[in-house]
Amino acid sequence: MLLAAGSSATLPILNALIIVPLLGAAIVAMLPKNSPGLHRQVGVLSSGVAGAMSVYLATQFETGVGGFQFESVQSWIPDLGISWHVGVDGISLWLVVLTGLVFPIVLAGIDPHGDEKSYTAWMLLLQSASFGAFVALDLFLFFVFFEIVLVPMYMLISGWGYAERKYAATKFFLYTMFGSAFMLVAMVTLVALSADDGGITFNLVELAERQALAVETARWLFLAFAFAFAIKVPVAPIHTWLPDAHTQAPTGGSVILAAVMLKLGTYGLLRFGLYLFPEASVFFAPLMVTLGVIGIIYGAIVATVQGDLKRLVAYSSVAHMGFIVLGSFALTSQAITGSVLQMVNHGVSTGALFILVGMIYDRRKTRAIDELSGLQKAVPVMAAVFTVSMLSSIGLPGLNGFAGEFLILIGSFETRRWWTVIAAVGVILAALYLLWAYQRVFHGEPTDADMETPEIKLNEMALLAPFLVAMVVMGVFPKPFLDRIEPSVDELISHVETHSDFERPEDVVIVPSEKADEGDDH
Amino acid sequence: MLAQVSEFVAPSIDWWALTPQMILIGAALVIMLVTSLSPVQIPGWVSTLITVSAAVAAGVVSWWLWNDVLDEGASSTVAGAFGVDGFALFFTILTMIAVVATALVGDAYVEREGMAAPEFHALLLTTATGAIVMAAANDLIVLFIGLESLSIGLYVLAAMQFRRKTAQEAAMKYFVLGAFASAFFLYGIALVYGSTGSTNLAEISSFFDSLGSRTADLELLLVGTALMLTGLAFKIAVAPFHFWAPDVYQGSPSPVTGYMASAAKAAGVAALLRIFFAALGPLAADWSTPIAVGSAITIIVGAVMAITQNDVKRMLAFSSVGHAGYILVGIQTATDDGTSSALFYMFTYSLMVLGSFAVISAMRGGANHDVDTYSGLAKRRPLLAFAFTIFLLGQAGVPFTSGFIAKFMVIRAAASDEVYWLAVLAMVASVITAFMYLRIIMTMWDRGADVADAEPISVPWTTGVVVATTAVATIVYGVVPQSLIEFARDAVPVLVAAG
Repeated sequence: MLLAAGSSATLPILNALIIVPLLGAAIVAMLPKNSPGLHRQVGVLSSGVAGAMSVYLATQFETGVGGFQFESVQSWIPDLGISWHVGVDGISLWLVVLTGLVFPIVLAGIDPHGDEKSYTAWMLLLQSASFGAFVALDLFLFFVFFEIVLVPMYMLISGWGYAERKYAATKFFLYTMFGSAFMLVAMVTLVALSADDGGITFNLVELAERQALAVETARWLFLAFAFAFAIKVPVAPIHTWLPDAHTQAPTGGSVILAAVMLKLGTYGLLRFGLYLFPEASVFFAPLMVTLGVIGIIYGAIVATVQGDLKRLVAYSSVAHMGFIVLGSFALTSQAITGSVLQMVNHGVSTGALFILVGMIYDRRKTRAIDELSGLQKAVPVMAAVFTVSMLSSIGLPGLNGFAGEFLILIGSFETRRWWTVIAAVGVILAALYLLWAYQRVFHGEPTDADMETPEIKLNEMALLAPFLVAMVVMGVFPKPFLDRIEPSVDELISHVETHSDFERPEDVVIVPSEKADEGDDH
Repeated sequence: MLAQVSEFVAPSIDWWALTPQMILIGAALVIMLVTSLSPVQIPGWVSTLITVSAAVAAGVVSWWLWNDVLDEGASSTVAGAFGVDGFALFFTILTMIAVVATALVGDAYVEREGMAAPEFHALLLTTATGAIVMAAANDLIVLFIGLESLSIGLYVLAAMQFRRKTAQEAAMKYFVLGAFASAFFLYGIALVYGSTGSTNLAEISSFFDSLGSRTADLELLLVGTALMLTGLAFKIAVAPFHFWAPDVYQGSPSPVTGYMASAAKAAGVAALLRIFFAALGPLAADWSTPIAVGSAITIIVGAVMAITQNDVKRMLAFSSVGHAGYILVGIQTATDDGTSSALFYMFTYSLMVLGSFAVISAMRGGANHDVDTYSGLAKRRPLLAFAFTIFLLGQAGVPFTSGFIAKFMVIRAAASDEVYWLAVLAMVASVITAFMYLRIIMTMWDRGADVADAEPISVPWTTGVVVATTAVATIVYGVVPQSLIEFARDAVPVLVAAG
């Protein structure tokens, strides 16, 4: 406790998280173009330092406390009531750690196939901006980070992607920007209407506490915010940018997109939906959970019929993110905790799947499921890794996906029974499309080309190992994660209860320290 | 008659306040005299040097005056015809930046394209004088004089590459439509004079006070106001009076285009704010809605037309039309907040557009600026491409550029004024325009582009300085905008009657 308080006073670690990759990007940009390997080393080093700091943050993070920790406020644009205000709580902590760890792994392990210098620099900028978005506690600050991540991602897709990359990159950029347009107007409106004698402020905590808006107005503003986040999540039917962006992005870009960028949407729904507009969130909860369930079923069905392995994984994201939306607006402690955990889980399992698909493409120059078969015989180790990642994605007990989905389902069942029943079907569908795809690609009779597919290399294994470890650890022992998430979620729900007529169900277990405990308590 | 003349008392003149104007005119005369009287050919850089020095000197003097105004408050001089307030000095400083940038970029451009250097620079200085007279004018007649000095010089500047057909067309179009607009404006002045009894803005403003409970016959005044609005809308290129802009922007020499989009547009905005916000403020209920509608149309036209273009200069011309619309979003609020947001927008947009046209000037001289000619620029000139990317992202309103803060401020002003429809429309349109900016960026950074047989691009150091400075300013004002926000806040126009 003393350590945590002390470190936040002396070392604004969250600012350091944002600055270190930024410095790395600046150094990479200044290095001469023809210094092979050097760019990547600097990139891995600076993103790795940031990653180490994020892990340190998690260890210093005080469990059992719901509020923001490691807060740091600097005056930025006083005329407009804007400050550089950062902080982290249980909802954002693991997303920060995820951002910290995925980037160095991606930079170290995935070959961009050309122009390493710019690639590394853009990646580092992206990491810096992602950190910023997750730790920002000022609406303006959040918005600028939320919006600026588009630029490096756009550059990565359009520069290092596949054949249709330009189309996909532009679509990605414009879709998200379209949503942000509404969010920006809603944001300034919120701030203008919340102004009191103390002047205007963009401080998230203060705005959430003031709740100065009329009910009707708050609902409109919620819709504008939710629209921006729903595009980012993405929620069907505004998901169409995602399959294109994912499929055309380079492997590293896909991993980051799935692991980090999509989370900005679901994180935003919690932080700037539920927290800022509690009454409106409760009012629109039926709509949001319906959209979540539609996403689950629609994503699963469309994934089933995909002929392209990468597109299949992309659509599986739509389904998984639907679970998170469902959990977020089920408004029970377990459901939201499960959603937050599932954000990390999805990053880990889908990230690994994208890496594997990238490896298959590198070897075979195709991702078409028809053109692959019987790979298990040629590449048994890769098949094994694929199996584990896939099972994690499906939600097999003992792996991380289960912990998250289970909490979401059990939590949602309390408040949204029938939606949950339908969502549970989605779990079965997930097993269907992934196992079927696996069967077609890895089982069956291999052709000559399939037999010549090279096996996974040691360095590639090293790239995947952290993902596998995370899957098992988070599946078997999610307690350290839940301990940190739960109090913040609880506080969020209390906040919603205070500012709306919503009351959480009585019999909810407040702290599910272990999943096994669930049965005992009921 | 004679008796009247003998009673004439020369108004007291605060010469110090008029120093920027005098420096500029003086420098223009020096350039013309020296180059025409000199027995030997004077090299082009001499004109550039004189222009830049004069503009810097005028800028420094304005800064001095700015501090005086902050300390002692606004004043007026020449019998109240000429205002000395933060607003005037804000625009003077902005115009001086535009002059320095245009002169530096023009230095090499003029030589490469075989244009006449002394004329270019002398005209630049006279137009700048007109622009800053407009910004400082406290009297409609003085404002009109400034408007004409600006416009007539610009007609000639647009035509300076007279061997090119497009330049001739541009200049002719600009001249005919510009003259038309001036006529509108002048007629508006006449009607306003007829109904208020004065051309002095401070007196027009106090005319409303003296109205009291009396309901005067204001129709004449409203017609005059509408005519003045139309005239200025032409100058600022507000839809539906924007039709000249794409052709003129495309046909004019690129440095001149940058100057039109920054200083000339700023002068129009200054006139608009001085007349409407400062003098006709009591009529805000009548002019604010037309400006809001005009702003909406302008933004939509700018966005939709920009994405259909294939020529970079035309793209930026339509984008410039759109940006005028965003400035109007701030102006239509008729509040101090909205006005200072419009000023902030004008300032940051000017820097970005000056930088953009500096890049375009470096690229090539001819009329063809097809977007394909920018293909693979990142391979040929990475820094130039990088700077252009910053300008384009800035104009698209991407965070950490001054363009984002500017958009944020006008949207905030509109939302505070509860004009939500316009705020939403403006933001959605910015997504459409972003498509066009992205297209240029994507073309420049195309890694597959074949640049082997492309002609080399030489970036003279003068152009390089402008590009680098404006790019850095775009980022700096996007990250730490506080100082500029304060500058714009203190520059809201004030009318001071003759003392």
